[in-house]
Amino acid sequence: MNGYFRDLYMGSKSLLTGMGITFKAVFQPMVTVQYPREKIEVTPNIRGRLFMVKDTETHTHRCIVCNRCANECPSSCIYLEGVKQEDVKGRVLSRYVYDFTTCSLCGNCVDVCPVSAIAFSCEYELASFSKEDFIFDLLKEVEENR
Amino acid sequence: MTVEQLTPDQKTAEQHRFYLNLGPQHPSTHGVLRVVLEMDGEWVLNPQPDLGFGHRMHEKMGESRSWPQFFANVGRMDYVNAMAFNHGYAGLIERAAGIEVPLRAEYIRVITAELNRVASHLLWLGAFILDLGAFTPILYTFDDRESILDILEDITGSRLTYSYFRVGGVMQDIDDTFITKTKQFIQQLRNRFPMYETLVSNNVIIHHRMKGIGVISQEMARRYGVTGAVLRGSGIAYDVRKNAPYSVYPEFDFDVPVGKNGDCMDRYTVKFAEMEQSLRIIEQALDKLPDGEFRTKVKGKIKLNPGMTSFSVETARGELTFLLIGDGSDVPYRLKIRVPSFSNLSVMPELCSDMLLSDLVTTMGSFDLVIPEIDR
Amino acid sequence: MDNLIGTMARIISYAVILIAFGFANAIIMGYLERKLAARIQRRPGPMEVGPHGIYQLFVDGVKIIGKQLIVPKDVDGVLFRIAPILAFAPVVLPFIVIPFSQKLQARDFNLGLLFIVTIASINVLTIVMAGWASNNKYSLFGAMRSVAQNISFEVPVLISILCIALMTGTYSMQGIVKAQGNVWFILIQPVAFIIYFIAGLAETNRNPFDLPEAESELTAGFHTEYSGFGFSLFVIAEYANMFLVCSIATVLFLGGWHGIPLPFFEYTGAVWFLAKVYVLMVVMVWIRWTFPRVRFDQLLNFSWKYLIPFSLVNLLVTAICIKLFPLLKEML
Repeated sequence: MNGYFRDLYMGSKSLLTGMGITFKAVFQPMVTVQYPREKIEVTPNIRGRLFMVKDTETHTHRCIVCNRCANECPSSCIYLEGVKQEDVKGRVLSRYVYDFTTCSLCGNCVDVCPVSAIAFSCEYELASFSKEDFIFDLLKEVEENR
Repeated sequence: MTVEQLTPDQKTAEQHRFYLNLGPQHPSTHGVLRVVLEMDGEWVLNPQPDLGFGHRMHEKMGESRSWPQFFANVGRMDYVNAMAFNHGYAGLIERAAGIEVPLRAEYIRVITAELNRVASHLLWLGAFILDLGAFTPILYTFDDRESILDILEDITGSRLTYSYFRVGGVMQDIDDTFITKTKQFIQQLRNRFPMYETLVSNNVIIHHRMKGIGVISQEMARRYGVTGAVLRGSGIAYDVRKNAPYSVYPEFDFDVPVGKNGDCMDRYTVKFAEMEQSLRIIEQALDKLPDGEFRTKVKGKIKLNPGMTSFSVETARGELTFLLIGDGSDVPYRLKIRVPSFSNLSVMPELCSDMLLSDLVTTMGSFDLVIPEIDR
Repeated sequence: MDNLIGTMARIISYAVILIAFGFANAIIMGYLERKLAARIQRRPGPMEVGPHGIYQLFVDGVKIIGKQLIVPKDVDGVLFRIAPILAFAPVVLPFIVIPFSQKLQARDFNLGLLFIVTIASINVLTIVMAGWASNNKYSLFGAMRSVAQNISFEVPVLISILCIALMTGTYSMQGIVKAQGNVWFILIQPVAFIIYFIAGLAETNRNPFDLPEAESELTAGFHTEYSGFGFSLFVIAEYANMFLVCSIATVLFLGGWHGIPLPFFEYTGAVWFLAKVYVLMVVMVWIRWTFPRVRFDQLLNFSWKYLIPFSLVNLLVTAICIKLFPLLKEML
């Protein structure tokens, strides 16, 4: 009989204190932002899509067409071509196709590149109506100063 | 026995039984899991899980990819606790190829793995109480989890499926802002624990729904090979970080919380206490963090030693084991992944017979299953 | 002949006003619930449509009327289609006797309280109809649970109401409000108020007693198969039921339309009445978003082992007090 009343008392007390917590939460500041109208600053370290780095001294890309990024990629989303030009040692990049639809942002290509020619950008708001918008030509972009 | 040979009582019982599908799409199976329930009214007689809806052939992919390429897969198997899976795979390749990891990298690995464990436990807490029917605590835990995700996003670049570890260390170094923010976060989360106790742990409705439900005896736990909080809730203090230590865990001082009866309430209390222990480990690691390199450079392709190697880690759900059979090249001959949720789920047919449907949902929630890691 | 036309005009106009009031209540309550739930969860809630999302429910109503009414194969045709309408009727009908203010009441029956309780107990039948006709095991589960739940919580409701009826000696709603001129009954019968409120919460199938529509176990329970306007009728019926329970609590315990006198008080007393009712509804919403669900047998346990003994003891004490203290009865 004693346990009956004690259960009732402890039970009601726990329920009322629980309600007190949610009551206090009404007056605490909100933790969400209304996304399309207000945006949060993201850190510069996030992994957005790839882009080719424009070297500050030579004002062009640094790629030496070693093909390591294409070999390391587990999803085969990089394809590059290079041509041999006279009086230039090694090959010169002529095409760099990056298929973002299969990229998983694993970072192998960025990691393995010996000259740090590609890097992650901060673009995360990528939405479009067609698949072709996501097959990027990184060489064209770096030449156009993107 | 045909229907005509049954007694009248048995015939009525046969007529009352029906099959209910806790289908692949359901609000409270955490992933794509189908459980076929043979029911008699509200009583579940024989639940049979039906797996395989999310099979993505990760183990087969492990046989055709070298280690850098497989790292992308590893984080996606259990996306909630991706750091532990990263740790397991990196440790496996290092053990199979005999590569040393610098001390600073080991400390960074432990700090990030424990932060991920706290995030995973917070998600479990919210989802479990959501299964019981309270819609608010999940939003409070997600609010706390946001701080962890922001901290980890700063150094790894991703919020959920991390591929941050590399063979030989980690991909990027941590800096002072990380250390300050983590210390702030630890203080902030410790201040929130009393609120969770009042709102959730002391609530009388939760007590009645979790006490005495789904009792796993020690003998049953050993027989099925369950690990993690399910095992520790039944009273067996087995934690891979203590019993078969890896990385730099022997240098830290932390307890392994253990329950008494093996019911849902014990599993809940054990997991809740584990969060505090993880915070202790992070504090000690931040204080003892040495300087040095964060990665040893590995030249060329790594040739894996022929023969069998294995590496076990403690994820938020239990013991994860990677098993590798190498053949001298850089691509494994066979990669086997033993996930904790698979063994935890296999207790269900025996444990959850003769239970009410509501209790079945509660028990499944207390196991903390993540179905994509079961299906791999 | 004139009397007939006058009567018909009066009946039709009352019916239209009350049904419109039911819908208006659903719109206000829907917005209130979403905003309050959002604030408890520390987020803004609806903000897009109109300033602070005021027009959100109107836009939702338009959308839901435009949806296709899906009728699955193999359902019981007639029952499936009329269940939502029949769910709406027995909760709007008792609005006839609710005294919004001294002169604003559709009809004052002598047995008003009995009328309300009788009609309100019919809505269990419509839940069972919806659950059975849906040809879906989950819906059937929800329907069966709601039968046991509603029946076992009718008893505490009736006994608490009986205590008040004993004190005032009348079943007429207006008479009960008038008897609270000096002191509100909640101060004399707090136990009956608490029992009535909890049992009323269970009658309306709201959290923590929302097993018939338990979302995480039964994927929406008895209204799983309904979409579009049929579903919204269930929701409107649920909000109207909440309004009914809270308004009975206000009339019986919180003094109805009594309050600080305003000009034209015979009509503007409705302001105080509605304010009290909405305060109680806010408490119901607050409870919903805080607690988890009770298990089914614990629910029945709670009713039969806790609520009913307490309410019977309360009734006994009330009866003894009334016999022993006739002065108290004189004062009321």
